This record gives sequence, C-alpha cells and structure tokens, in this order.
Amino acid sequence: MHARVMAPQEILLPVKPAFIVVTLLGALFLNLLPWSGAWLWLRPDFVALVVLYWCVEQPRRIGFTAAWLLGLLMDIADGSLFGQHALAYAVLAYAGIVLHRRVQRFSIAPQVLHVIPLLLLNDVIVLVIRTVAGSDFPGYQYFIGSFIGGALWPPLSFLLKLPQRPAPDPDHV
Amino acid sequence: MEHSPPPFFKTGPTPLARLLIFSALSLVLLVADARFRYLTVLREAASVVVYPLQRIASAPASIARRAGEFFVTHSALREQNARLTQDHVAKAAALQQLQALQAENAHLRGLLGTRERVNAKSTLAEVLYAARDPFTRKIVIDQGLQHGVKAGQPVIDSIGVVGQITQTYPWLSEVTLITDKGQLVPVLNVRNGLRAVLAGTGNDGMLELKFIPLNADFQNGDRLVTSGIDGVYPPGLPVAEVSNVERNAAYLFARIECKPLAGVNSNTQVLIVDAERQLPDRPAIADKPAPSRKLRKGM
Repeated sequence: MHARVMAPQEILLPVKPAFIVVTLLGALFLNLLPWSGAWLWLRPDFVALVVLYWCVEQPRRIGFTAAWLLGLLMDIADGSLFGQHALAYAVLAYAGIVLHRRVQRFSIAPQVLHVIPLLLLNDVIVLVIRTVAGSDFPGYQYFIGSFIGGALWPPLSFLLKLPQRPAPDPDHV
Repeated sequence: MEHSPPPFFKTGPTPLARLLIFSALSLVLLVADARFRYLTVLREAASVVVYPLQRIASAPASIARRAGEFFVTHSALREQNARLTQDHVAKAAALQQLQALQAENAHLRGLLGTRERVNAKSTLAEVLYAARDPFTRKIVIDQGLQHGVKAGQPVIDSIGVVGQITQTYPWLSEVTLITDKGQLVPVLNVRNGLRAVLAGTGNDGMLELKFIPLNADFQNGDRLVTSGIDGVYPPGLPVAEVSNVERNAAYLFARIECKPLAGVNSNTQVLIVDAERQLPDRPAIADKPAPSRKLRKGM
C-alpha cells in the first residue's frame, strides 16, 4: 500500500532550460489548434497543465513570470479579457510551487487527485472573472476539460521525464 | 559587520508575495481592459508574438480542408456547376433590372435631395479559427490592419450579416458574431418596415428582438434586414428570420426569437464590408442649464 502511494525514488538528470521552453511552446500550439464544437469542451488547457507540471517538478527554473506571460499570450489568442488567463495561471503557479514537495512525494495516481482540483480552480477563476464582467455561465460541460487534463497527467509526466532519464547502464547487474 | 545570507538562500520574494504582485498586475490589466478599453495598442503589439504560432496552429486544418477540396468527385463538380449556372441565369435577370432600378433610384433620390446610398466595397477574408473562449462568440480572420481592416466594419457572408470586427491586429482581426451576448444590430422588418434592435443571446442560432411592445406586428417567418440607421451596417443586408413570437401579458415586452440567416458558425470565408458613409454631424447637445435651487422651489 505504502509503496503504491509513494513515488519510486529515481535519480534524474538535470533538465535543460531549452526543453522547458519547447514544451511550453508546444502546449501553447496545442491550445491554439482550431478546436471547435464538442472538441472545444473536451479540450484540456494544455498550457495550464504544462505550467503546473514544471512548477511542481522544477519550481526553481520556472515560476510566476513565465506562467503570467503565457497567460497574456493565451488572452490575446483567445480574444478574451486581457489578464484573465494571466491571473489564473499565476494562481496555478503559486499552487504548484507551494505544493511541489507534497505532490512530488506521491506516485502518479494520487498526483492526478492533486492536479484535477488545481485545474478546476483555474477554471473557476476564469469563470468568476467572466461572470463579474457580465457573461453567462456557459454550462457544466465547461469543467470537463479539467478532468481530461487530469487524465492526461500520467502520460504527460512520463513524456516530459523521458529526456531526464539516464541511459541504461550496460554494466548494471 | 552585517552578515548577508549565502547566495544559496537568496530566493527572492516568497511565493505568496509574488502571487500578490502578479495578481495585482492581472487585476489592473483586467480592469483597464474591461472598463476602459485602454489596452488596444498593447494587445496589437503583443499579438505579433502569438501570430506565427496562430498561423502554424491553424495550418493543419486548412491543409486538410484544401486536400479535401482536391479530392472531390467528378459528378459532384458537375452537379455544382449545373446548379451555379442555373443560379447565375436566374440572378442575371434580376441583376439587369437592378441596374435600371439603381439608376432610377439615384434619379429619384436626386429629385428628393436625399443622400445617396453608398456602394459598399468588400474584401474577402478567410476564417482562421473560432475563438476558443467559451464565454463569447468570436471568429478570427486572416485580414488585419495591414490590409486596411478597421474595427467596427460589418462582416457578411453570401446570405447575410455574420458579425462585426471588434478588434484588429496587424495581420488578423477578431469578428464578434451577431449571436454573441450583447451584440446589437439595428434591423427593419421587411414586411412592414418596423424598426427594432436585434440582440445576440450567447446561444448559437438564437437572436432576440429587444424592447418590442406586446402589440407590435411581428410574425413567424418575418425577414429582418439591417436598417442602416446606426451608420455601421449598410442598409438592406439580411440578418435574421423571426422564428418564435411569445406575447405574455405578464411582461412589458413581447419575447421574439429569431434565427440568423447567414451561416454564422459554418463559414470558412467571409466578406468584410467597407461601408464608410458620410453621415451628417450629430446635432450638438445643448448645454444643460445648471440646476438651481430657486427654480426647483418654484416648481
């Protein structure tokens, strides 16, 4: 039981800053794909997911400035209010940085249980801002994306850790 | 002597302090954008950074669409060709009459001394993507400031009004669809000439006529065209059709639902109408007389 909840200890190579930048741009690209109709509701916020991942894994390398600037770019691309994504991502970065020691200790399934509420918090912040600005509630399907984002956390963290895994040692017994 | 902490412990402000700083910055931006609309220039500048990514991201879909267009069958093309020829012949007769009517109209307007209706120029634009913000109904098109697009210009398709340009960037612009909540179009009922204001509801395919008295003559199937009295939309563009009229004496106004005529959500290409009209200056607002106490007492 204990072994399943706690993360296996492994020694990883240091992450390259260029890799972080590339993954963040990749997430922005995925967000900018022309999603429409039902896909729009199913789409997780990839930028939020990747920002959260790096804030949990590398809180010294990436933080508020990057999250905030990415939020501004998302606001421009979406034509939404200037600053709504920026505020949401800043809060997400804060949660990621504050919780990083706790989340890192867990294995992947309990990590998902941390990620989903944080992504939902991200949605709720945007929802509150838009409601104050005079928009209607878009319906409960608005929150589906966060659950899908949570489901994507295990494959995402596997993929993003790949470059950090050391090459298998042939002399290892 | 004062000891400063070794560099290892220097981590800058605490996360909470940073959160407060960045939240405050975001709130300033939000208020400046939502209340005062100060940030147009800033948006334009920052959009240059996102533009390449936007174009790259919308490329796969447009390539797929073009590939799909390439693999149409021979019979489909022939069918379309026949239909278009038929259409063309049917419209040619109307067009010939139109020229005569335009001349007659110009003559009559000249006699009446009214201003001429402007022939609007239009530019073709390709829809890059629908904005992914679930709170608004917007599309992004591939014509921007560099192509002479200005905020406020109406956008139409082959059938009717689609929306209005609300934000321009150097190479892109945002079109707010008529179905967006709070987007207003002044319209005219073709059947009887009644003027009204058509408002988006935020639902796809649903528009609403605002502030129509219960006894006003609106029926299902009435066609609404732009009235042109706002100076934004050129007059006579088809906008919507009345789909449901509900007259409940419990409310002050009738509830009139309409369906947009244009393919508001399904277009890949739209036309931007450049209809700058020389409207007469608005009459100057007379200075309000300063309210004086004596006057009120006298009343």
